[in-house]
Amino acid sequence: MRRKGYFVLVGLASLFVAVILGGCDKVVLLDPKGPIGDAERNLILEALGLMMIVVIPVIIMALWFPRRYSASNKKAPYTPKWNSSPRLEVIVWLVPIVIVTILGYLAWSKSHQLDPYRPIERGVKPINVQVVAMDWKWLFIYPDRNIAVVNKLVFPVGVPVSFKITSDTVMNSFFIPQLGSQMYAMAGMVGRLHLEADKPGVYYGQSQQFSGNGYAYMRFPAQAVSRKEFEGWLKKVEKSPYKLDSARFKELEKPSTNNPVMYFSSVEPGLFALIVKHFVPMNPVASVAAPGSIDVAKSASGGH
Amino acid sequence: MLGKLTLSAIPYNDPIIMGAVGGSILLAVAILALITWYGKWSYLWNEWLTSLDHKRIGVMYLILALIMLLRGLSDAIMMRGQQALAVGSSHGFLPPWHFDQVFTAHGTIMILFMAMPFIAGLMNVIVPQQIGARDVAFPFMNSLSLWLTVAGALLVMVSLGVGDFSKCGWSGYPPLSEKAYSPGVGVDYWLWSIQIAGVASLMTAINFFVTILRMRAPGMKFMRMPLFTWATFFTTILMVCSFPVLTVVLALLALDRYLGMHFFTNTLGGNMMMYVNLFWMWGHPEVYIVVLPSFGIFSEVVSTFSSKRLFGYKSLVYATGAITLLSFGVWLHHFFTMGAGPDVNAFFGITTMMIAVPTGVKIFNWLFTMYRGRVRMTVPMYWTLGFIVSFSLGGAAGVLMGVPPADFVIHNSLFLVAHFHTMLITGTLFGLIAGYSYWFPKMTGFRLNEKWGKRAFFFWLIGFYLAFGPLYVLGLMGMPRRMWHYSNPAWHPWLLVAAGGTALIVIGTILLIVQLVVSIRERQSALDLTGDPHDGRTLEWATSSPPPIYNFAEIPVVRDIDAFTDMKERGVAYVRPGQYRDIEIPKNSGAGFIIGVLTFLLGFALIWYIWWLAASCAAGILLIVIGRSFVEDIHRIIPAPEIERIEEQRYRKLEAAT
Repeated sequence: MRRKGYFVLVGLASLFVAVILGGCDKVVLLDPKGPIGDAERNLILEALGLMMIVVIPVIIMALWFPRRYSASNKKAPYTPKWNSSPRLEVIVWLVPIVIVTILGYLAWSKSHQLDPYRPIERGVKPINVQVVAMDWKWLFIYPDRNIAVVNKLVFPVGVPVSFKITSDTVMNSFFIPQLGSQMYAMAGMVGRLHLEADKPGVYYGQSQQFSGNGYAYMRFPAQAVSRKEFEGWLKKVEKSPYKLDSARFKELEKPSTNNPVMYFSSVEPGLFALIVKHFVPMNPVASVAAPGSIDVAKSASGGH
Repeated sequence: MLGKLTLSAIPYNDPIIMGAVGGSILLAVAILALITWYGKWSYLWNEWLTSLDHKRIGVMYLILALIMLLRGLSDAIMMRGQQALAVGSSHGFLPPWHFDQVFTAHGTIMILFMAMPFIAGLMNVIVPQQIGARDVAFPFMNSLSLWLTVAGALLVMVSLGVGDFSKCGWSGYPPLSEKAYSPGVGVDYWLWSIQIAGVASLMTAINFFVTILRMRAPGMKFMRMPLFTWATFFTTILMVCSFPVLTVVLALLALDRYLGMHFFTNTLGGNMMMYVNLFWMWGHPEVYIVVLPSFGIFSEVVSTFSSKRLFGYKSLVYATGAITLLSFGVWLHHFFTMGAGPDVNAFFGITTMMIAVPTGVKIFNWLFTMYRGRVRMTVPMYWTLGFIVSFSLGGAAGVLMGVPPADFVIHNSLFLVAHFHTMLITGTLFGLIAGYSYWFPKMTGFRLNEKWGKRAFFFWLIGFYLAFGPLYVLGLMGMPRRMWHYSNPAWHPWLLVAAGGTALIVIGTILLIVQLVVSIRERQSALDLTGDPHDGRTLEWATSSPPPIYNFAEIPVVRDIDAFTDMKERGVAYVRPGQYRDIEIPKNSGAGFIIGVLTFLLGFALIWYIWWLAASCAAGILLIVIGRSFVEDIHRIIPAPEIERIEEQRYRKLEAAT
């Protein structure tokens, strides 16, 4: 009866794992579409594998000991006073220490390799995108073409995308799960993130930091397309009759949910820097303290 | 006259809220009517509300924890229900502004008004007995802590029907929680309720720190203290060092909101990340504040029900100390995605993983305590084993999130929610329920029903896996936390399973109440006449169940870690003292209760800008505190013959039992 229970337990656990792995295309973090996401998926699996060295024996012991040394089993050895064993204690401390040391090394090296601020080396010029979190939509500015899009991100496959991220409102977090890392969007500061897609497709992006009433709607398609399609799309945006001048931006700042995709064929010069500066006080000490201030100067002059 | 408070603050057109409010009011009226019907008001006032007896105070904390558990659980039901329904074109039954309040209230309540009072309750009942003391160091402050905690909890409850609660999450990140983005009273309810409860927690911590340092029985050296006492000791250190940070950060946010200052605002030099840093400098130690006492309980339970000395006592103590120290150096792992450099992230990642070492050691020590023991599978043991298995898995998930680049993709996802619920449910709550089952006979004089206890456990355990297993998967599917509505249909089936799991947890909770009711009704068949129903090993089992107000007629002398086992083996466990002496105990005081009432009114007045009421309550509190400090007649003497009479009754019961 009891043994049957264990079989059921193991069966259910394997079913659970099978369903996750089988439905891989839906479990997006295990099915990444770019180098950053790939590296992070591998890291997750490696770290979990290492930890199972401790976790599995613990679970086996936790289920086995109470049966083996059950009070009803008078044949089992009983040592009521036995309370220490130097050899066991050394093992008990050493095994977790060794595993944590390996994990610690992994954490150190991968933190540097996968630093979101670190550009992806591909030998091609990256696409620059300025990201602004708003109530409750995303504004993407392509400074090199002086165009802007609301709630839709398009970029070419195989080309690194270099993001500068800020917020025009409360904190949000910019995240496209299938491409990898997220980064907070904070008013008055500029966060950096570098991502790349190596397969074409539509990958959904979202805010990963609760930002109020319309938070659930801060979702956008992130479309990875061929170079040619990308050029075509840029041209399409450039033909849009709408321009993102300061009056239009004021309009856009009004809180809205389920905002439709909007194309702007031109953007007020230095808009991104203006959005950042709006929150940074004039006091020079404070503006040095704000991490975004140096980037502000650069992007205001249009250079990258 | 009433500040911002008008009739429109009452959401009388919302059937869900009004149902909850109506239910709560009916329940309260029913309880008050019953008390009046049975003429128990003076009993209630004299024996409970004004009591300074640490055991009574402990029981009142436990009642508060149970009530708030039910409230927090109903929030959980609403969240899981909403997410099971609100996919695609369906919008579920909660609008976003309500859903946001529900998850904020759930987190705030479960941590500060369920887990903390539960812990304070068990500490109160057990620690003085475990160290062979007659009371805590500061009995009046103890009562004050209780009533301030109740005042905070009451503010959260009142927000249900008058105004609304915060919509910013339990961690209340600015700038969302600033006046510019949250102009209503919700954030103020959240702010003042946890500010008040935080002060209460700090006082509890000081009280038990001093109690453990100064009031141990003769012979109880540090290295002979039971593990629950050790856990409490380290917990109080954590609380004393971290709660002031919470008090300050909330005060700064209050200055922003009330006086228009700019500590954390978007503009004029405010910095939200300063809040986030400070909040987690309290918040991370807080995680260990709620889990260390449970570790202590597991240590007691495993040793008692394996009828064996604890394996690696010193290792366990050092491991607890190591966790205490390390827990102050990991706060940044709550926001690796802020954009700090890789050096900073890696540093905090590694300190986070280091905590896994002492935690792992503790788990191995519990396992080796069972090894070559005589394990009795009682209800507390079920909770303990459920904990060991689930906590190992949840811990692995936690270490994973300590690796910064891994956290970059699972931060703020349902994977995170699943992880910390594994830690808080199987770590904290399972431990507290194990402790409640284990020490229940000590508090009441009769045992809890085992059959219903095991049923409750299995519903909780299976419900837990069904409710949170899918959340791990959903996190890996990219689902963020706190979504009132979503459009990805692939998430839906998993959320349906999670809702089913929640239903099982609800049944498990109902079964816990059934167990309590059945146990009370059938108490005559489960009386604990000896005071030692589990063949216990530590001093709390040396007293009768329930213990007399003075606990020990004669303070025991401790010669071993398992002090009571040692006394039983030497045959000195139940020996009558040669001579009874007068015992001095604290007199009852209503001041704590009255300060609690005034603090509640003060909080309410601050929330609604009713300045005259706030000022008069503050003045009243100050006057009572000063007045109380001039009262010198705060003790009463129980004369030796009275003690002899009580003790003789106990010996007669003991003889009847053997």
